[in-house]
Amino acid sequence: MISPNLSAIFYLISGILFILALRGLSSPDTSRQGNYFGIAGMTIAIIVTFLSIGNFSSLFLYVLILLILGGTLGAFIAFKIPMTAMPELVAGFHSLVGLAAVFVAIAAFLNPEVFNLGITGNIKLASLIEMSIGAAVGAITFSGSIIAFLKLRGIMSGAPITFSGQHYLNLILGLGIFVMVFYLCKTQSENIFWTLIAVSFVIGILLIIPIGGADMPVVISMLNSYSGWAAAGIGFTLENTALIITGALVGSSGAILSYIMCKAMNRSFFSVILGGFGADNSSNDSNEKKDQKPVKSGNAEDAAFLMKNASSVIIVPGYGMAVAQAQHALREMVDKLKKNDIKVTYAIHPVAGRMPGHMNVLLAEANVPYDEVFELEDINNDFANSDVAFVIGANDVTNPVAKTDPKSPIFGMPVLDVEKCKSVLFVKRSLSPGYAGIDNELFYRDNTLMLFADAKKMTEDIVKNLD
Amino acid sequence: MEIDPFIFRLSIFILSIFVGYYVVWSVTPSLHTPLMSVTNAISSVIIVGAIIAALATTAEEGLSSSSIFGYLAIILAAVNIFGGFLVTQRMLQMYKKKKDKKK
Repeated sequence: MISPNLSAIFYLISGILFILALRGLSSPDTSRQGNYFGIAGMTIAIIVTFLSIGNFSSLFLYVLILLILGGTLGAFIAFKIPMTAMPELVAGFHSLVGLAAVFVAIAAFLNPEVFNLGITGNIKLASLIEMSIGAAVGAITFSGSIIAFLKLRGIMSGAPITFSGQHYLNLILGLGIFVMVFYLCKTQSENIFWTLIAVSFVIGILLIIPIGGADMPVVISMLNSYSGWAAAGIGFTLENTALIITGALVGSSGAILSYIMCKAMNRSFFSVILGGFGADNSSNDSNEKKDQKPVKSGNAEDAAFLMKNASSVIIVPGYGMAVAQAQHALREMVDKLKKNDIKVTYAIHPVAGRMPGHMNVLLAEANVPYDEVFELEDINNDFANSDVAFVIGANDVTNPVAKTDPKSPIFGMPVLDVEKCKSVLFVKRSLSPGYAGIDNELFYRDNTLMLFADAKKMTEDIVKNLD
Repeated sequence: MEIDPFIFRLSIFILSIFVGYYVVWSVTPSLHTPLMSVTNAISSVIIVGAIIAALATTAEEGLSSSSIFGYLAIILAAVNIFGGFLVTQRMLQMYKKKKDKKK
């Protein structure tokens, strides 16, 4: 049994270790050390909690068993999951944090004495508000993450689901939350507390269903942020510094990532949240236009020939590479090119893939050194001096329309200037427009060679032809 | 008049948001996925509340509805803690420099 003051200091230390964990991520060299700081912080927090309760009866054993049980399951998932499934894994983990926050809030509501929040039926007003916030945000995080998980996993269609009056319904439910918190404070009624949680679950679902697949980077970041605010809400209830610090860190981290993702799409946060993007029916018109324009298409042999004679190649990966699991074949291709003294770099758009940094992880998995991988603003000027741009599975992020056509839905979005390369190789399954539902002008340019095939198969064929 | 302890916690909270803001902006974009998985892992420090709830009853009293929710939350948070940190570690192991490459 240790004094509350001492344990508060230990919680502060674990909060600081969490800050150092995030700090470590400023460079890949320090990142591994940062992760150890995080693990140390968590270990301290858990041990201090056990010591401050001082209950080492048989119940303590049960807690340990559950910890090991959950931990084993978590470790198993962490080792088994393929890197391409990282977005759904993160979404799934967010849902667990959300649900854990809900459960802790319920536990605190049912038994406020253990948390020093007053007695059942007469909980301190501030604590009641804090735990309501924690429970509501936690529930939204939970159900929202489940929907995001289902969409990313492909169990649920990635297409936006919209219906009339959707936004009004969300608004009414949102206001309902405030009304319920108000009456909860007045009456301390258990039923209102349960309704509050149930309505929050529904809001989480309604919030995410209208958001389409390619907006998932924003959704995941947003849910990341919510899970932080939920933790902070619970932290205030439990008067626990480690939780408050962590909640604030995670909350602001997720918010910054959402901001970066929105900016990379030149869309406001609200337009993403309101959803429905990419569901327009104008794609039919572009289908008709497409048939009239000539497209140059080639095969692996042509592509290999072009690249062999180049002196510099820039690779532009996108979600299609992840779907086709083409990163290893790509790495093989690059190795062959490098043997021929061709300079190869990678250009990554911030919203390429389904979550922030998705492409970087896949390339790292394929052993691509991180100093060959560049962000949009660092490499965009290099396209003009390069011979070949190899676009593999990316589409909208290369569309020059974003720079030229003010009427286009993606106008103003920062794009990679691949068209400035001497020639562009575009690996794609068909001419179908990308997620934004707009035609890519790049397909019809004279210097573009379309390679119609599965990304992995095409890359493998090119590798064969490079010999 | 005494200052409510809530104000101190609020101060910690606000200052931490600022710390988070500056720390996260300095995270390199190529590590944004590990950033998400590690923030996910650390937010599971919510397990602290779950443990308190679970151990609130004595062995003689057995389980209360509150402690059951505590136990459930422990499992969820444990999956997250181990899964989050380990998957982050696994990802970070893959980020290597050119020099570290074989040959």
